[in-house]
Amino acid sequence: MTTYHRPDSLAEALAIRAETGALPLAGGTDIHPLRTARAAWGEPWRDAVLDLSAVPGLDGIAETPAGWRIGARTTWTAIAEAPLPPLFDGLRAAAREVGGRQVQNRGTIAGNLVTASPAGDGIPNLLALAAEVECVSLSGTRRLPVADFLTGYRATALAPGEIVAALHVPRLDHGSGSFVKLGARRYLVISIAMAAGVIALDGDRVATARIALGACSPVAQRLPALEAALVGLHRSEMARVPQPAHLAPIAPIADIRASAAYRRDAALALLRDLLAGFAP
Amino acid sequence: MIALTVNGTRHEVAADPFAPLSDTLREVLGLTGTKEGCNAGDCGACTVLLDGAQACACLVSTAQAEGAEITTVEAADPLLDTLRAAFLAHGAAQCGICTPGMLMAALDLLRRNAAPDRTAVEDALGGVLCRCTGYLQIVDAVLDAARGEAPPHPSGSGVGAAIPRLDGAPKVAGTEAYGADAAPADALWLRVVRSPHAHARFTLGDLDAARERLGLVAILSARDVPGLNAFGIMPNLKDQPVFAEGTVRYRGEAVLGLLGARAAVAAVRDADLPIAWQTLPALHGVAAALADGAARLHHHAPGNVLVRGHLRTGDTETAFAAAAARTEGSFRTAFVEHAYIEPEAGHALPGADGAMTIVACTQAPMMDREETARVLGVPDDAVRIIPSACGGGFGGKLDVSVQPLLAVAARVANRPVRMVYSRAESMASSTKRHPASLHARMAADARGRFTAFALEGDFNTGAYASWGATVANRVPVHASGPYRVPNVLARTRAVYTNDTPAGAFRGFGVPQAAIATEALVDDLAEALGLDRWEIRRRNALGHGDVTPSGQVLHASAGLPECLDALKPAWAAMLARVAAHNATRPRHRLGAGIACMWYGCGNTALSNPSTMRITLTRDGTLTLFNGAVDIGQGSTTVIGQIAAEALGLPLAALRQVVGDTALTPDAGKTSASRQTFVSGRAARDAAMALRARILALANAGDGARLALEGTRLAVADAHTTRVIDLAALDADLTAEARYDPPTVPLDADGQGVPYATYGFAAQVALVRVDTALGTVKVEEIVVAQDVGRAVNPLLVAGQIHGGIAQGLGLALMEEFIPGRTENLHDYLIPTAGDMPAIRIHLIEDPEPEGPFGAKGVGEPALVPTAPAILSAIRHATGVRMTEVPVLPHRLHERLGGGEPPPDPLPSLSLGD
Repeated sequence: MTTYHRPDSLAEALAIRAETGALPLAGGTDIHPLRTARAAWGEPWRDAVLDLSAVPGLDGIAETPAGWRIGARTTWTAIAEAPLPPLFDGLRAAAREVGGRQVQNRGTIAGNLVTASPAGDGIPNLLALAAEVECVSLSGTRRLPVADFLTGYRATALAPGEIVAALHVPRLDHGSGSFVKLGARRYLVISIAMAAGVIALDGDRVATARIALGACSPVAQRLPALEAALVGLHRSEMARVPQPAHLAPIAPIADIRASAAYRRDAALALLRDLLAGFAP
Repeated sequence: MIALTVNGTRHEVAADPFAPLSDTLREVLGLTGTKEGCNAGDCGACTVLLDGAQACACLVSTAQAEGAEITTVEAADPLLDTLRAAFLAHGAAQCGICTPGMLMAALDLLRRNAAPDRTAVEDALGGVLCRCTGYLQIVDAVLDAARGEAPPHPSGSGVGAAIPRLDGAPKVAGTEAYGADAAPADALWLRVVRSPHAHARFTLGDLDAARERLGLVAILSARDVPGLNAFGIMPNLKDQPVFAEGTVRYRGEAVLGLLGARAAVAAVRDADLPIAWQTLPALHGVAAALADGAARLHHHAPGNVLVRGHLRTGDTETAFAAAAARTEGSFRTAFVEHAYIEPEAGHALPGADGAMTIVACTQAPMMDREETARVLGVPDDAVRIIPSACGGGFGGKLDVSVQPLLAVAARVANRPVRMVYSRAESMASSTKRHPASLHARMAADARGRFTAFALEGDFNTGAYASWGATVANRVPVHASGPYRVPNVLARTRAVYTNDTPAGAFRGFGVPQAAIATEALVDDLAEALGLDRWEIRRRNALGHGDVTPSGQVLHASAGLPECLDALKPAWAAMLARVAAHNATRPRHRLGAGIACMWYGCGNTALSNPSTMRITLTRDGTLTLFNGAVDIGQGSTTVIGQIAAEALGLPLAALRQVVGDTALTPDAGKTSASRQTFVSGRAARDAAMALRARILALANAGDGARLALEGTRLAVADAHTTRVIDLAALDADLTAEARYDPPTVPLDADGQGVPYATYGFAAQVALVRVDTALGTVKVEEIVVAQDVGRAVNPLLVAGQIHGGIAQGLGLALMEEFIPGRTENLHDYLIPTAGDMPAIRIHLIEDPEPEGPFGAKGVGEPALVPTAPAILSAIRHATGVRMTEVPVLPHRLHERLGGGEPPPDPLPSLSLGD
């Protein structure tokens, strides 16, 4: 039987994590399927599990002077239903595209991040929100940008003794977010490609643009050249801007869902749709 | 101990804290209403409420549920009762395996939102997959429950009444017992170790030592099979081993069986077992298997050809040469997975003197009995098959799966044994729809009359024969479509490969062939400047026409009526498309059309059903009905037929269904034969019983019967006589056998392959995003000749479900061994992918059928994919020749989507 820890304090959780390296589990919506997938071909689960669901202080969204702190264990449904400003509209849209309602009710924002799937619907939104990850261990707390936290295909900078405690989203005056997802069916679908954006306007002109693509590279990517090209434009002009050259940061692959060439073309179409959504 | 509060009751359970809550509910608390379809959050069958919010119980560690209010389908709740009633009334439960999850998701919604709109319902149910219904009746049920409305109760219960299914109550209560839901507490667990390689040789080491080391009761292998280590559908070719003997021919083939306590078999790493693999080059796809020098996979199949099918009539080459228009094309289809939400499961109970009872989900109990008896080396009657409720089949549960494995294990251990396939195991090991590689040609004269059709078709039957011969023989008969074509040459091959075995799947190859044929029909219409409806109407088979098999259609050939019924919808669609596309928008509309025909029952082979009906001296009226209801509704339909023929109300009729020890052989639930063949046998048996009763009462044909206790009143115009059943010397019993009349096919495929055919046409409206290559099917209008709709509610459910599967075939479904062995990489339609559906039922009665009825289930699927492809072509000008039309495939054919292509013109309809 798997060693299953379910501590009810953060201190105990961190001690277990430091001592055993047990795998953190929150909503369970990635780990239980992984166990099923392994067992199907005769690989029983043997890793110790650290269930964080009873640890206080890891969920809920709080507004701070600098922005918002989203507890690691905050579920997609909690995000979708929270009274958040338009800055979060993209993240909230993604919250209703992750799995079905069942997964949205259990799956957590930090879990989506730590699983680090190229197709994690939360990740491009966190990049566009310029979010930071708060990692905590017995030796203290550190914060690092999401882009630095994600180090590769299903790989993160989470240290062996750490857990993710929260995500921090900085304020952005007059900012609003958006998200578009492409899949081969309506619900319960892994993205073929997706685009997330946060735009801050100064009047009708773009003051800040942060745009990210998901499922088009091992790790979701911001598009700096596109972002730069958008700044200063009237918001009704944005949809015409994305061009193939802006896709330099992505490296799409061919898989069962789509060809690499398609992902490039689709990414461009999604970016145009995303930006058209910001038009008046 | 973990404290769980389930439906208001607190339980202290000794459970693994990491065990999924679904498992603890089912195996520890015995609450089997919560179903497990995937254990990965992909299907939603296990949906429960945690503190009022829907969750997949398979994704919740048992420890995490401590302290929460857990609500399952077994809950007593007035709102849940309202939903249950609405589900029943709307036909929202077919097989019922998804019903508990659907009910829980709907309960969550209605508690939060008392007046949801259709989109809100779809959003709430989007995480629960259903493979039977096509979702529309489920969404309607939830909307009705929200309004507190009960749909009007049908008057009467006889033939033609849209009554709720008779076996529905336990499905909505969560008490229906499927294959995994019941087994003796002391049963051992069996887990099969399967080949991870598509083609390999292997040697086994010391299994006894491994068994001891791993704490198992037994490790089973080929040496433990007491009888013949082989099974298969073809009577003279049992080519698939229960356990492989030194060679595996596909990924997923059974090698060993681990038998023991549940925890012990689950703890075994396959890599720790003494299996030495030597991998061999694998033949994937028919091209590899047919290539010069390809390895021969079976000694009996030189060139890897299992069987050939052939039909020839007239002189195709002369006709092609003389034609005014001709076309040809190559088409490809993928492996398609049945994706029943219930993975294969069951248990075996060994008896004395070689007896064995198997309780498992199945479509074919009598065939299971033969297969299992052969494997055990015992006479057929030593084996008893008791079908559990079947959580979807669609052809995939016609072949044995768990049955011989369980039988061997229970024989070896001499103890009850149970097993439940995992989703991956089900998908990797069970049969699929045959991938087809088709090259077809078709020609017409200047007036658009078809003159010739030719087909060369190769069907990938995978590693073992299964139903490959059936596909190869059924396709040539149907390949030229439901049209008058005087010159036809159709040649097919079923080809062995190292892929997953392909078997029976709703349509037996006809859906694949229809994709090719209907595209060619569109080609000819375009070449001749004819509307696509018009060319079909001009050629549609009707009464008195002769099929390419030389069969004269004397009756029940309602395709012309189907097309006429669709004409207004078709004209409206064309007009809407033309108006919408006039500005060359990015999102294009397209209208498509396709027709189909489908022979009911086996192809030119005997396939009888026998039914027995008894009226015992205690006043019990029982139909012994061997036809397994896999959700399609045969228990209800056959019951309606029997009651109507007997002249007693359906409520008086009890049924014993599908137990090989109790019911006569009603054949398999396949080939759209149960309403037609078993229904006819039930009618004949009931009429024979009625004749006995009328004779006893000396009453005339038109007498009315009434049964009250043991008093059977027989009233005719003048008198009422009462038969006291208790005073009779013996119970009243009648039995009837019906075998549809067919004539064997000769070497050119000439004969009478089927006693009757279903006919249908569908028109589809799609919206194509030309920038992304995505397709949304917006509307499908159906006209289907069902002979007689015995139960229009259930007929509609079959049509909706067939359309859902046809939509999946067209747009998203592609099984790739080793790649899409789960329900998140293998996609089936969700509640949000369905079009609006309108149905015109055409009732051109079949004289052979009971009250004119014939088969419904498979015909509903066949036209959908070609109609969608026809619509995509109308929208974009692109003739797709490979399914599924995944977005990237359409996008590639659109030339990258920029600039958007020109749609085809909508030709005006002729008169």
